[in-house]
Amino acid sequence: MDWFPLVLSLKVAALATVLALIAGVALGWIFARKRFPGSSVLEAACMLPLVLPPTVIGYAILVAAGRRSPLGAWLREHLDYTIIFSWHGAVVASAVVALPLVLKSASAAFANVDRSLEAAASTLRQSPLSVFLRVTLPLAWPGILAGTLLAFARAMGEFGASLMVAGSIPKQTQTLSMAIYDAVQAGHDDMALLLVSITSLLSITVLVLSNRFFSLR
Amino acid sequence: MRPFRLLSLVIALALPLAVSAQQVTVSAAASLTDAFKELAPKFEASKPGATLRFNFAASGALLQQISQGAPVDVFASADQETMDRAVQQKLIDTDSRRNFVTNSLVLIEPAQGGAGVKTLQDLTGTAVKRIAVGKTATVPVGRYTKQVLDGARLWEPLEPKFVQADSVRQVLDYVSRGEAEAGFVYRTDAAIAGDKVRIVLTPSGHTPVSYPVATVADSKQKALGQDFIAFLNSDAAQQVLARYGFGKP
Repeated sequence: MDWFPLVLSLKVAALATVLALIAGVALGWIFARKRFPGSSVLEAACMLPLVLPPTVIGYAILVAAGRRSPLGAWLREHLDYTIIFSWHGAVVASAVVALPLVLKSASAAFANVDRSLEAAASTLRQSPLSVFLRVTLPLAWPGILAGTLLAFARAMGEFGASLMVAGSIPKQTQTLSMAIYDAVQAGHDDMALLLVSITSLLSITVLVLSNRFFSLR
Repeated sequence: MRPFRLLSLVIALALPLAVSAQQVTVSAAASLTDAFKELAPKFEASKPGATLRFNFAASGALLQQISQGAPVDVFASADQETMDRAVQQKLIDTDSRRNFVTNSLVLIEPAQGGAGVKTLQDLTGTAVKRIAVGKTATVPVGRYTKQVLDGARLWEPLEPKFVQADSVRQVLDYVSRGEAEAGFVYRTDAAIAGDKVRIVLTPSGHTPVSYPVATVADSKQKALGQDFIAFLNSDAAQQVLARYGFGKP
């Protein structure tokens, strides 16, 4: 049994979740608390990866960071680096796809925080950052954590966008979902079944945990 | 009441799809995509009432679908090996099997910003970071590639550079986008990409690329399937195929 795809999937999903968590909490707070011209359109745009086909995400990343793009050309020229066909590409793809799940949960969690508690903290001479870290975040935390676990489960399951960006290179970029696809295509049904069982078991565990945190709110 | 009205509307809309009479489903190798699409109206014109439906993918993936009971009438593979496997698994009618075109393997690189590959040996150079090849398990062009590189004792040294593609068209896409510095495709695919890719060389040392076609054993449209196979070997169809660069069987 080759454990590489499982280990890579866990690594990719973990890093993607960290990226999605940072961006999702920041954006979630902005969308819950600030209204500015175009904010609802921007929020909808951030939610797009939830409804768009993964192929669109993959194509967008290829266009934005591929070798023919300004960014891709610059990275290649100056750092001899390319995100295409590297597992970093799978991290970026998974993070984009997982972002809406953190964002939505975080924004709902922030909206549910009692503003009078924050106001009370402010009157006790707490700085805005201190209010956020010591009042807002602890109150919103269960919701954010639940969304983060959902994001991790989604990142584990990412296939389409990652395949387009990172390719399916055995021992380099082949994640669990790609290994399943290969096994099915090649008719290795036993291998496919084993990998499907592993990924299902993992995802169920994560989803059960996520539900616990959602009900904590 | 409302939901039922909506449901009956949906069913009414779906009915015409269900009763479409003489539909032939052809599972064909990805390299045949453009030529077959052009052939479809010609075949349909010669058989009033018949419609062709195509399913293009790597031959190995198509075989796998058929073995799992996909409703396919005709199977066209890009190599004899995949068709032989179909014969072993009793998935096709052996009597109907015909070779209808040939093709050749070429090494390509991006037309712009390529690494300047001239020989197979150049692939080992540092300028070539990624080489796109078909997955050997399911993609015929990948197996032809392996034969060539095995013969040149280059398969193992080059393996860390391989990006494995799901079909020959994905290899073509990787190279024409410039994401891979080199790739192995058929001459007909390189022609489709036009000025995006450049043919470096036509390697030898692989079994001849010859495409077999046959009717599927479980097909319910065998007569029409046979007609399509006969049509592929007709002068009219061969002319179109030749224009895409396919050789005579």
